[in-house]
Amino acid sequence: MAKRTDNKMIRVSSINKSFGDNQVLKDIDLTVYEGEVVVVIGPSGSGKSTLLRCINFLETSESGQIYFEEKLIQNKENDINQMRQSVGMVFQHFYLFPHMTVLENIIEGPTQVKKMKKQDAIPFAEELLDKVGLLDKKDFYPAMLSGGQKQRVAIARALAMKPKLMLFDEPTSALDPELVGDVLNVMNKLAREGMTMLVVTHEMGFAKEVADRIIFMDEGRIVEEGTPNSFFLNPENPRVKDFLSCII
Amino acid sequence: MGGYDFTIIFEKFPIFLPAAFETLKIAAAAIIVGVIVGLFIAFGRLSKIKIIYYLSTLYVTIIRGTPIILQLFIVYFGLANIVKLDPYPSAIIAFGAHNAAYIAEIFRGAILSIDKGQMEAARSIGMTNFLAMRRVVLPQAFKRAVPNLGNQFIIAVKDSSLASTIAVRELLLKSQQLGSSNFRFMEYLLIAGIYYLIITGILSIFVNKLEKRLAVNER
Repeated sequence: MAKRTDNKMIRVSSINKSFGDNQVLKDIDLTVYEGEVVVVIGPSGSGKSTLLRCINFLETSESGQIYFEEKLIQNKENDINQMRQSVGMVFQHFYLFPHMTVLENIIEGPTQVKKMKKQDAIPFAEELLDKVGLLDKKDFYPAMLSGGQKQRVAIARALAMKPKLMLFDEPTSALDPELVGDVLNVMNKLAREGMTMLVVTHEMGFAKEVADRIIFMDEGRIVEEGTPNSFFLNPENPRVKDFLSCII
Repeated sequence: MGGYDFTIIFEKFPIFLPAAFETLKIAAAAIIVGVIVGLFIAFGRLSKIKIIYYLSTLYVTIIRGTPIILQLFIVYFGLANIVKLDPYPSAIIAFGAHNAAYIAEIFRGAILSIDKGQMEAARSIGMTNFLAMRRVVLPQAFKRAVPNLGNQFIIAVKDSSLASTIAVRELLLKSQQLGSSNFRFMEYLLIAGIYYLIITGILSIFVNKLEKRLAVNER
């Protein structure tokens, strides 16, 4: 596994976020280092997904700062679009573009955002499709794919922008159980190649095996964080103990 | 029945062709104006900028809340004190403005029906709001709007008959004029009716074809 460096990839500083009266994130601080795989777990409603969405500004936090590669990202179109080109996002429900083929989905970012020529974008797109095991599906439309295949295409679409950081928002939660493995394998491969990843998931096996660090969130706060070993074997926080006893 | 001579229908059918062409021209122009203006009004209705939202909402409210013939008369007779428009441009302006309001609502509904995750996915690969709209949301919204647009286009064809009231020589006026010349109203009205059916029929076929063609990416 590629080792993490001391370069800070993303730094979240005292982020607060509310939906109406419901404060979802309470003073969250989090740093993810280059090459690190951080897995966020916690009960539903604990703010995991919101944290991820705040990081690439799909939600706007009320206070706090986000630094990408130590540069403060202002809540301005330019800053945000610039950062998003380097931050891939994978959604629970894939959100492939249904009117485009698999290949078109993947080259959309490079050609439209980075203004690459189509013929220059296609070889890399095919390479990525090969990597996620779906090169033979390149001319299919998303509707013809299974959930697991869609999610692997979505990962390839994000990777096509050559991101420095990948955010995964419950990437396997909407999949049939037998399709989860293929997606986790791809993520596993990515992690081994040294991709910096922040993953919200309920897949404890993945967390144990792949994570460098596990973060447990509850009611909008990070209540425990540590290596997989310390987290699963010696959890300190009673909420974590409860949670782990429920799922294992 | 004795008063009717339906052989006239076959005999006089061809002489309605120029009038049918007029109907087609007005309807087509109204639809084109309606789609273009309607798209902008739809964006206005979806705008976060209050003043734009209110103005476009006011527009839709006024157009939908008043009769189309009143709108036509306002353009042709009402505006005459300021600008004297010929019947033909009057009809296109009035019908175009009328269709714009309805088409705006069709587009707005279609855009809102697209999962907001589509916009988020597009934004997450660094697209601007405009680019995401153009490349991701609008193509899907347009597809979803096609059945309703087709419906509105058919209505536009039929509504163009109101232009007869301001002396545009379209199908209905033609049948009235010929009818009053020899009191064979029924026969001439039926001819106009057949032309309308042909135009709307072809339009339906075209819209169905388009729907099917756009459905290639569905299972």
